[in-house]
Amino acid sequence: MKSLLQADEAQALLDASIRGELPDERGRFGPFGGRYVPETLVPAFERLEAGVREHLHDAGFQRDLQRELREWVGRPTALTYAPRLSEKWGTEVWLKREDLAHTGAHKINNAIGQALLAKRLGAQRVIAETGAGQHGVASAAACARVGLPCCVYMGTVDMQRQAPNVDRMERLGAEVVAVDSGDKTLRAAIDEAMRKWVTDPSGIYYLLGSAVGAHPYPYLVRELQSVIGKEARQQMIDQAGGLPDVAFACVGGGSNSIGLFYPLLGDDIELIGVEAGGTGDGLGQNAATLATGTPGVLQGSYTIILQDDDGQVQETHSISAGLDYSGVGPEHALLQATGRVTYISASDDEALAALAELCEAEGILTALETAHAYAAAREWSKDNPGKRILICNSGRGDKDMPTLTQYPPRIRTDARA
Amino acid sequence: MLAHERISAAIRAVNDDGRTALVPFITAGYPEPGAFINTLTAIAEVGDVVEIGIPFSDPMADGMTIQRSSFVALQKGVSLKWIFDELDNAGGTIDAPLVMMSYLNPLLAFGFDRLAERALATGVCGFIVPDLPFEESNELRAALDQQGLGLIQLVTPATPNGRLKKLCAASRGFVYAVTITGITGGDTGLPDDLANYLDRVVAASALPVCAGFGIREAGDVTNVGKHADGAIVGSALVEVLEQNGDPAAYLMSLRK
Repeated sequence: MKSLLQADEAQALLDASIRGELPDERGRFGPFGGRYVPETLVPAFERLEAGVREHLHDAGFQRDLQRELREWVGRPTALTYAPRLSEKWGTEVWLKREDLAHTGAHKINNAIGQALLAKRLGAQRVIAETGAGQHGVASAAACARVGLPCCVYMGTVDMQRQAPNVDRMERLGAEVVAVDSGDKTLRAAIDEAMRKWVTDPSGIYYLLGSAVGAHPYPYLVRELQSVIGKEARQQMIDQAGGLPDVAFACVGGGSNSIGLFYPLLGDDIELIGVEAGGTGDGLGQNAATLATGTPGVLQGSYTIILQDDDGQVQETHSISAGLDYSGVGPEHALLQATGRVTYISASDDEALAALAELCEAEGILTALETAHAYAAAREWSKDNPGKRILICNSGRGDKDMPTLTQYPPRIRTDARA
Repeated sequence: MLAHERISAAIRAVNDDGRTALVPFITAGYPEPGAFINTLTAIAEVGDVVEIGIPFSDPMADGMTIQRSSFVALQKGVSLKWIFDELDNAGGTIDAPLVMMSYLNPLLAFGFDRLAERALATGVCGFIVPDLPFEESNELRAALDQQGLGLIQLVTPATPNGRLKKLCAASRGFVYAVTITGITGGDTGLPDDLANYLDRVVAASALPVCAGFGIREAGDVTNVGKHADGAIVGSALVEVLEQNGDPAAYLMSLRK
């Protein structure tokens, strides 16, 4: 396994990626990806891979999916010009409004697609993991929509800070299983969902929520999330009169970002992924995997992970549950290695400030995860006046109220009664 | 004799005496790192092949018992390097062939070539890597082959027949037949169709077959022994360690 790419190799892999040839037949994005799973799950992964190949691009499946995206999810989501933010930043800011999708985030694009696939593959029940709860809510809703029982694994730390979403999942008919092992956040929830899947690999469909894990998940999730970038690209041409100079998206596992970036890889657009910088640069103080991690195998994939010298995966910190993850999707690892996408981080405090600024300037309460992308875009604007910026507004912030109440709002003086 | 052949030979020798080989598993350095070599020596006097579990932060194929023991061991500073150093200090006083059970990432971090060298030097004869399916195993297999060490393949009741033959042919030392579709340390006991499954594995394998997952009592060892060559006992033994029990006495009780 190689971790670093030669320049010519990097260019060849990037070209292959733009041509749509990755992952290869072994589920690899260059050196990254693959399928590192227990033997019990190998036949299940092979069935899933065959099912994806058979159905995902089948005309009948696509007809069903497109109808659900249009009539149930509410796509296409709007592209919104942000005039007051543009004025403040000295740039031209456009927002891809995934917060307006059903259930309030981009997660539904993947959840409804995989739920339809689970139905076609004859699954008896669905399990899912969730960090911020957005994928859990999306899975619960999508499973209700297609008529499959759904069980969501969630770390106890996340259940506390995203309590409104726990209630929503249960009201949508899902069972929420509290995971009190490991780091009690997203990583532990994925481990526990895998353990459950091992008990019934042929009856259970595992609806993984990010572009992480073993092949074919990173591919499947990217394909289902690419609707973000495809729509945004056309909307920029139609509404803004041309493509953006730069596009920002937040990166935890990396599903909204790969969804935005993938259809833009071949364009002359700077792409910037923003990870959680947490409270500092030290191990355990952030979730800036690509910025500070090293290659290794976590949860089925060879990718960049936060680990110590002994290969033990490290705990992370972020104010946002959805970015609080020690790994990252393998395709992002490749896009970083090829230099096509730049990955930077924004701290907890910067994200909170960006969230407040967006509320005030544009009347949009964005998710704490998404706020990281704004924080980075704001910094970038300082050095790039007049440029056109596209930001993936991946989700709404209502779920973050338990966290946000610890940071009281500044009431505008002109708003006082 | 190559290192991995020592494993097969030890199991066959026990079988020739009319017994089922006993393969105990412990999490290295649990519950106390200072007691590791003593515990290992004690169980190696009863066990015929001994599995040393390398603690990992994300043991996704393990139940609560081994998860707990792994986290405790990690908190107390146990690492692969420390384990090799301890085995070095023990200086070859343990006769039973040793097998390491580890998730892939700690082995990757250690480096495959260095891993194989240190393993051979410390009496480790083979590796079991629960998150490394055959399709991803070429590099590790090649590094282990260099030193005559075995990469032991796992098979499960979900493994189709064609794949079963391929995995049995690729395995070295023994074939690890997982008895259940599930994780370690379950309380569901051995499945009803165990006999057919084990017979199927034995028929596909030229190597000894050891069954693991769900073995807790002497009766389980007897049941498994009617069809397989060895019985692996993991979580139940770790529970004995957790309760400060006598691991050797517990293993003796399985021999009844």
